[in-house]
Amino acid sequence: MSLELKDVEKKVGIETHIHSTNLKLEKNTINVLLGSTLAGKTTLMQIMAGLDKPTTGEIWFNGENVTGKEVQKRNCSMVYQQFINYPNFTVFENIASPLKITGIKTEEIKERVGKVAELLKLSAMLNKKPDELSGGQQQRTALARALVKDSDLILLDEPLANLDFKLREELREELPKLFEDRDCIVVYATTEPQDALMIGGNTATLLEGKVVQYGKTLDVYSKPENLISARVFSDPPMNIAEINKSGEIFKIEDNNVEWKSNLKIKDGKYKIGIRPHNITTYKEGNNSVEINGKVLISELSGSESLIHFTNGNLNWVSLSNGIQSKNIGEDTKLYMNIDEFLYFDQNNRLVNHG
Amino acid sequence: MNKTLNQKAWFFVIPVFVLVAFNAAVPLMTVVNYSFQETFGSNVFAWEGTRWFKEILHSERFHASLGRQVIFTFIILLIQLPLGIGIALTMPKKGWGVPVCLILMSMPLLIPWNVVGAMWNIFALPDIGFLGNSLNSIGFDYNFTQQSGDAWFTTILMDVWHWTSLVVLLSYAGLNSIQPAYYQAAEIDGASRWDIFRYIELPKMKKVLTLAILLRFMDSFMIYTEPFVLTGGGPGNATNFLSLDLVKMALGQFDLGPAAAMSLIYFLIVLLICWIFYTIMMKDEGRA
Repeated sequence: MSLELKDVEKKVGIETHIHSTNLKLEKNTINVLLGSTLAGKTTLMQIMAGLDKPTTGEIWFNGENVTGKEVQKRNCSMVYQQFINYPNFTVFENIASPLKITGIKTEEIKERVGKVAELLKLSAMLNKKPDELSGGQQQRTALARALVKDSDLILLDEPLANLDFKLREELREELPKLFEDRDCIVVYATTEPQDALMIGGNTATLLEGKVVQYGKTLDVYSKPENLISARVFSDPPMNIAEINKSGEIFKIEDNNVEWKSNLKIKDGKYKIGIRPHNITTYKEGNNSVEINGKVLISELSGSESLIHFTNGNLNWVSLSNGIQSKNIGEDTKLYMNIDEFLYFDQNNRLVNHG
Repeated sequence: MNKTLNQKAWFFVIPVFVLVAFNAAVPLMTVVNYSFQETFGSNVFAWEGTRWFKEILHSERFHASLGRQVIFTFIILLIQLPLGIGIALTMPKKGWGVPVCLILMSMPLLIPWNVVGAMWNIFALPDIGFLGNSLNSIGFDYNFTQQSGDAWFTTILMDVWHWTSLVVLLSYAGLNSIQPAYYQAAEIDGASRWDIFRYIELPKMKKVLTLAILLRFMDSFMIYTEPFVLTGGGPGNATNFLSLDLVKMALGQFDLGPAAAMSLIYFLIVLLICWIFYTIMMKDEGRA
């Protein structure tokens, strides 16, 4: 089983919502579409489901061209950011709704709904109506509706975005388990890099209607093909600077910070990308380099501290463990872990791999 | 928690009390006052107890006009609700058609009620009115001033023309508040157009439809101006609805006592039906 988008493009009027995209999703995988709002995640999912047709290009499913095939005939299910359930059905009837038109016997429906409800901890509320449930339970019901029929394709469009923090963490942990032994392709759209890392599987980074990179989530995270992909997959935002390399000396152009490395690349100009957690108030790793910063603002969460600082023309963010209390305007020393630097050439392509 | 008692807030409510007293309580109490007494003019009153109430409740005239009123309101709701919802469903959801439709729909609601009556009176005149003349020329024996059936037909048509828009606008607002994801979810489930209407649109429109039914019930149950101008309650008493009858009794015959008693009964009927209806419709709400 596989889902393949071949040169899919979507235009609405003169606007291009999806630029020519090629993507192949294999069976038994969870695929995260990662990108900010308006990156084209929803449009891409609707095209995959058959709710929307691509302007040009083809969609192949299991070796069959399904480009014009209606959504009802494709055996897919979808969960939305909003909690979409039939308002005057009970939870049981809601979960059973996708099965009713398939002509399955009542007893089997009961059994399957019971199983899914147990999986999603809804057994106690099968007789309630959606508006009697909490947001988390409403979304669990919607998830149950998606899981109850053996869909070949399950699309989750920011399913956790409208939940509060605790429910979100709870459900996010459960999600990968729910799909573990299912014979289907799962696509999960999110704006948050953290979601992608926790869910694992594969990730496609999206920007402005383009798939920037697709691969195993950890690979995309640790070896972004290019600067764009790296930026999409970084929250808080990645710190970027222009550098100069000559021999073993690397130097940031805007200030006098420099370090030595035996990285085998040609001399010349590069860009570096440094994730915030690789700049800390304490030394981390074997090779670190010092940088002075003037504190703009510090955000403490208890377990972590975000310190925004300036150095020359740079306006950077650092992320340290624990409470690192800093005053606004204070001059402080920070340490960058040079082993974790990502080097990009002038065309924004990654040049170091590891 | 130790809170000091502070009654100053009452002071700010005084203007509301005064206003409500003048526009509701005082006129209502005057009516109550009349309903228990006989008056001979020049401020001479005699106590009559519940006599007027008993008389009204047992009067055939009241039964007849109440009956007409109930049938009229029932027909109005039966036509306007499905028609209004139907029109709202066919209205465009985006593009230039939206403002055009909305303005067209609002037009009838903006016309003063007595003008509506006068318009339809002229429109329906059997000899020179466009509607009356056309109907007669294609072979119908139509004359709303002489045949009660025709008078009812014209009154109902006029009300449908005047007020269906209200149901349309309310339903349209309700339909527009449904997120597109609901329709997509239904499409994925393979739901038919009827399923979508029955299981998504109707439940989602429940609140606005409750409002529409209440408003249309109250307005049609208290209809006065338009039939007064159109038929004057005639021919005979054929379209003599409750409020027309009430005004005839109060100002035509100057039977202030019985008219006051009738007003109160009328008022209580409207209040009671609205309360029952609202309670039933909202039974399931507010638990979440």
